[in-house]
Amino acid sequence: MSDTQRSPAVLSRRGVLKGGALLSGLVISTFLPPAISRSFAAGTVKRAQLGDAAEKGYGAFVRVDHSGHVTVISPKIEMGQGIQTGIAMMVAEELEVPLSQVSIAEAPPNEQLYADPLLHSQLTGGSTSTRYAWEPLRKAGAGARIVLIEAAALRWQVAPSQCRALNGQVLGPDGQVAAYGDLVDAAAALPLPADIPLKPIAEFKLLGKPAQRLDTPHKVNGNAKYTIDLSVPDMLIASTITCPVHGGTLRGVSNEAVALGIPGVRDIVRLDNAVAVTASNFWACQQALKVLAIDWDLGPHVSLDSRQLDKSLFEASAGEGVFAHQSGDIAAALKNASSRLEAIYEQPFLSHSPLEPMTCVAHVHAGGCELWVGSQAPGIAQAGAAKICGLPVDKVVLHNQLIGGAFGRRLESDFIFQAVDIARHLSYPIKLIWSREEDMTHDCYRPQYVDRLNAALDEDLRPVGWEHRIAGASVVAAYLGSLPPDGVDFDVVEVAKDPVYSLASLQVRYIRHEPEVIPVSWWRGVGPLRGTFAVESFIDELAHNAKVDPMEYRLSLMQSQPRAQAVLRQAAELIGWDTPVPAGSGRGVAVSAVFGSFVATIVELEAQGKKGLRIKRLVSVIDCGFAHNPTSVASQLEGGTLFGLSAALFNEILIEHGQVQQTNFHQYRQIRMSDAPPVEVHVVSSEERPGGVGETGAVPAAAALVNALFAATGVRERRLPLSRFGYFTV
Amino acid sequence: MQNLMINGQEREVDVPDDMPLLWVLRDVLGLTGTKYGCGIAQCGVCTVHLDGQAVRSCVLPASAVASRKVTTIEAISEQPVGQAIQKAWLEHEVAQCGYCQSGQIMSAVALLQAHPHADDEQIVSAMSGNLCRCATYTRIRAAIKSVSQA
Repeated sequence: MSDTQRSPAVLSRRGVLKGGALLSGLVISTFLPPAISRSFAAGTVKRAQLGDAAEKGYGAFVRVDHSGHVTVISPKIEMGQGIQTGIAMMVAEELEVPLSQVSIAEAPPNEQLYADPLLHSQLTGGSTSTRYAWEPLRKAGAGARIVLIEAAALRWQVAPSQCRALNGQVLGPDGQVAAYGDLVDAAAALPLPADIPLKPIAEFKLLGKPAQRLDTPHKVNGNAKYTIDLSVPDMLIASTITCPVHGGTLRGVSNEAVALGIPGVRDIVRLDNAVAVTASNFWACQQALKVLAIDWDLGPHVSLDSRQLDKSLFEASAGEGVFAHQSGDIAAALKNASSRLEAIYEQPFLSHSPLEPMTCVAHVHAGGCELWVGSQAPGIAQAGAAKICGLPVDKVVLHNQLIGGAFGRRLESDFIFQAVDIARHLSYPIKLIWSREEDMTHDCYRPQYVDRLNAALDEDLRPVGWEHRIAGASVVAAYLGSLPPDGVDFDVVEVAKDPVYSLASLQVRYIRHEPEVIPVSWWRGVGPLRGTFAVESFIDELAHNAKVDPMEYRLSLMQSQPRAQAVLRQAAELIGWDTPVPAGSGRGVAVSAVFGSFVATIVELEAQGKKGLRIKRLVSVIDCGFAHNPTSVASQLEGGTLFGLSAALFNEILIEHGQVQQTNFHQYRQIRMSDAPPVEVHVVSSEERPGGVGETGAVPAAAALVNALFAATGVRERRLPLSRFGYFTV
Repeated sequence: MQNLMINGQEREVDVPDDMPLLWVLRDVLGLTGTKYGCGIAQCGVCTVHLDGQAVRSCVLPASAVASRKVTTIEAISEQPVGQAIQKAWLEHEVAQCGYCQSGQIMSAVALLQAHPHADDEQIVSAMSGNLCRCATYTRIRAAIKSVSQA
């Protein structure tokens, strides 16, 4: 036991520095010509040294070495969404190199170079990556091509316009050929032109055509290395038990001698709210944690439970809150309405539960702190680690890693801070691996929400307008430290304040209601996912109330939304909306226009017995503008649809005695192959600006499911998940 | 000391009897292609072959392996069906985050070795023990079917 002293209170559960980097409000130009031209000077830098070199200000996005190999430095982390292949395609397209000549390196934390202006920080999330990268990354490739051509033209004493680039070479007017690798040094000395024209879509060779992802070959043979697979010299495995009650702290540990006697076990480290064991292997860590007698101070939230949380949120949802949106006169509309329809929708806490649990390799040594971890927010992780160690930020080196699933979870750095807090007590590097139980019970959860809608209807039972109250925790406030001055969580009111339907009046209120100590965070689909469940359920209720086909009803209310209408019509055609279904079966539809993309999803299901649901068909159509890699877009839509269904069918996190009750997948069931048929998707061909796809597919799924259930059974479920009411899949 | 036959090689390991094979593979032998996901045989990311059968290595004590042959994802390409499945996985661009795919592939190969012409029902039945949080099931089915029909 090298050190069991109590650490200062740096690791109380919501971390030290939530969103500190975001608060600094960095907004930088998306295009960085000086950085790109500098990148050529770094042509000889070996890829292994990239992190250090880029920290010194060399590379930004593109580096060409003397062999002609192109390294794209990705400001976005790969977590399955295919973004790094997309970014490589953007660069390769303009640089005129085959994709096989391109590899990816992870960008180090560097807000100056890699902040995403859509998120004001170096984050991966919110389906912003393609939208952000579309111009700067193509320009990075094009800028490099231009100076390479100029270098060749100078060498051959011809005009640049007489030369062209092809397959990693510059071709001259008289048959001259020079490989990029031979031109790098000369090109690096040339100034980048102020104006960098981009190829028109019609000239694309790579973009828009299905491409094999760069990361997938390693994912079929076990070679892909995630954080959990890493090893650094002298590293030991670490694992923790954190106080099961949120807000509780560690009082003491006994039986340490027995734990330390387990073969392989090295140290026991006490943290403020957790105990860590290090050992040569994870199994020994777990055995040691089991034999330790841990004395917790369970803290002030030990009586918190879901019934109480549900009740207080439900009561709060009737309150006034703050106005998030007002157009028209909803009070008058409701007063003068021919009739009204009111409904209340409830959504639960959700866990992210990526299959790779929270894991971080950390080494705190005399010279600083080094981290190897898959993070969606590397800058926040780096700054927080520096604070814990009392180091300047530049003494923390973070090597970002391939991620085995995130869904928003790795925007949080709590587990990274825990790893750093353990490592600073030890002389050797550790790989902290959370057990599944730790991962599920100490997640930062998608909050629960109550949505109240009240529509004013005209004589034809069409909405003149509606009032929409949303009550729930603020993820924006949790992440940024506070709400904007208007008191509105801008994420939570998405879709509600901007529905696809034309309404003469609309009023949206946000009632902030925090679940005491339960940590909350971003979850795939974010605000639009929760908003779409409420609005798309409600519009379906209005359609049935009017005895109008829900597809027709929607289409008639969204005449200013041609792209949303188009995906709805295509989905209807794909499933055969107009063909009848047998008794006991039904189809439900939902549509969304978020993240710059348009999605329509239709679920067809058959009710079996009282609560059995057989999902017969799933159709989803997306218009995400120009689809740079149609295969990736289709994959995201297929997976996203099932991801959304999984939560809507089965998932809710419940609290008893201040503790999360779901500990592993036997209690937090995920959709399996047997639960749903293949997803039939269609990607609309378009030349519109690219929209987001990672979050998007999940968004309409839940509403389409409950709408299908209503169509099949006449039962309207307004609370998720369906398993709560005894529904099961057959 | 215990002798294990892993990917055709005899490996001598000094581990407690109750240590699951998963951690012997990952933390003792450095074979990290086999993943940890739940530790209670609920997710299937730890799937390996024991004498050709798909098993969950997270709940299989090393001592219970005895002299049976263990195959992991690292060696699956040495089998024709393994190679065919890996190729199909790439042709259908199955993987997203990829973390579960070692386990998915091990289950798929075991299925097709036992049932070379596996139909939809057999595929669903053999694969439903393997979770994929990216929910790549649509492409997993298609990839297996393409090999099964071959």
